[in-house]
Amino acid sequence: MPYTDRQLQLKSIGYRKKILKYITGAGAGHTGGSLSCTDILTVLYNRVLNVSTQTFKSPDRDRYIQSKGHSAEALFVVLADKGFYDEKELETLCHYQSHWVGHPTRHVPGVEHNTGGLGHGLSIGVGTAIAGKKDNKAFRVFVLLGDGELAEGSNWEAAMAASNYKLDNLIAIVDHNTLQISGRTRDVMSNEPLDEKFKAFGWDVAIIDGHDYPLLTETLGTCRTTGKPLAVIANTVKGRGVSFMEDVAKWHHGVPSEKEYAQAMAELDAAFTAAAEAEKNERVEAGAL
Amino acid sequence: MFSPAAKTVAESLGLKMGKANLEVFATTLQSMAELDRDILAVTSDSRGSGKLGPFAQALPDQIVEVGIAEQNLVGVAAGLASAGKKVFAVSPACFLSARALEQIKNDVAYSDNRVNLIGISAGVSYGALGTTHHSLHDVAALRAINNIDIVVPADNHETRAAITLAVDHDKPTFIRFGKAAVYDLYPANAGFDFGKAAVLRDGTDVAFIGTGETVIHCLLAAEHLKQTKGLSCRVISMHTIKPFDVQTVLEAGRECRAVVTAEEHFIFGGLGEACAGALMQAGVMAKLKIVGIPDEYTVTGAQADIYRHYGLSMEGLSTAATALLK
Ligand SMILES: [Mg+2]
Repeated sequence: MPYTDRQLQLKSIGYRKKILKYITGAGAGHTGGSLSCTDILTVLYNRVLNVSTQTFKSPDRDRYIQSKGHSAEALFVVLADKGFYDEKELETLCHYQSHWVGHPTRHVPGVEHNTGGLGHGLSIGVGTAIAGKKDNKAFRVFVLLGDGELAEGSNWEAAMAASNYKLDNLIAIVDHNTLQISGRTRDVMSNEPLDEKFKAFGWDVAIIDGHDYPLLTETLGTCRTTGKPLAVIANTVKGRGVSFMEDVAKWHHGVPSEKEYAQAMAELDAAFTAAAEAEKNERVEAGAL
Repeated sequence: MFSPAAKTVAESLGLKMGKANLEVFATTLQSMAELDRDILAVTSDSRGSGKLGPFAQALPDQIVEVGIAEQNLVGVAAGLASAGKKVFAVSPACFLSARALEQIKNDVAYSDNRVNLIGISAGVSYGALGTTHHSLHDVAALRAINNIDIVVPADNHETRAAITLAVDHDKPTFIRFGKAAVYDLYPANAGFDFGKAAVLRDGTDVAFIGTGETVIHCLLAAEHLKQTKGLSCRVISMHTIKPFDVQTVLEAGRECRAVVTAEEHFIFGGLGEACAGALMQAGVMAKLKIVGIPDEYTVTGAQADIYRHYGLSMEGLSTAATALLK
């Protein structure tokens, strides 16, 4: 059974709780960016990607490349949920000899590439997408970029190549939370207007709410034959889901105190309870109960 | 590249001038790619410099051009390799190993994407173009990165063998060579394997350990010292810098009275220091001279001028060896 939007919301709240749990446990992590891209990952792994523990080695699988590698905790939590490993592994996050370090590595089942240096993922995605075209494969390549990351010039080398090679099997998703470690992206190094930049590089562009499941599903789930790569500028809120973390730069890699953790969990628990109630009512309305 | 005296010694050894390693690379790659459509060349506006014009004409679907964008060159190569392609990323060694160093470290070596990075016109092959176009740091930089083998072939045989082995090698590689014609150093049907140095001649007075295009100068110096001083000199082609053939170096250090290393590279972090480290850690206290490019504003001139200036020549290496024996 495919998940309803409400069920995805429940999943996302659960992911956010785990992200905070394991970051707090490790005493390290990239909290704000993990929370801003959670809904994107929820939709990708639960609705869009043909990636599972069974298909992960298949040459026909979709590829997800997390160029903004620092939001590793979001990816780790989602991959655990998808059965790539026992969630207990995340208790070792950032510990001595753990594979679950602060950025994705291929030692973690389900991870495609070792990322963490910014401005690398889009080039890798271009190469993978070219290989797909050469082999007449139907797989698609999704690259998640941070908005601050776009200051790395290598992204634009890759953007140029993507349209040159007409890679409509390549989708770049910008987690456009408008913040980076030092503050507002527009104050650190303005990269707006992003849509016009990608268009000028020969891309199709979609600007969407990066927390809207139907919109994410429609935008990411539709296979395209336009002859152009697609940039999805997903407007998100850094720290999404926890009131005092939302849109605050210091939560880029802030770790909650005990008190802050309790407050965050209380907020997410309340949101979960409300969403679960709504989900139940929706099932009743649909005649399932 | 060679003084009249050196040419005379080469003649006395019956050495024949071969092609440029660059040309051998291009024809070897093309002949393999014709049989395997998964073999791809990725270029950064470097198909001409890489002698890949005929490759591109014959196999247009097997060349991927990224324009003048070395970071993207290596990232794209990593992506292609991750999708099962057998990739040769071809770019001047100076740009490939510096501009794209982080892509090499993260996307190729760390992620274990089995790309073969082909550093063309390496060392001071572009001598007269100045330091921007020299790669005298590349071996040192890549030695300090885990999971990439480093190969510096000396002649056409080593180049052909290295490219052939690289296709299905179980690690990423960095293979760097020049664009000048080089003497053939091996008989037909000679062996070759990554990580196993070739002893081109045996001897016990001096061991010359060279890599790449310096090996011929080592061989000429050995013969010159034999003819003029009656010395018995060993000559080793250390074509693989990583993994490093420690055993062959230790044997040279133990069995010879002195060791001279020669490299078209800064004296820091390359072949010479690798030999020194191997010898000292094994407690072999050999007399050692590292001949390479010193830490200074590199002298201007063509490759041959720079070689001669810094003693990467029959005469220079002979002088270095005799000084050690005093
Ligand atoms: Mg951001």
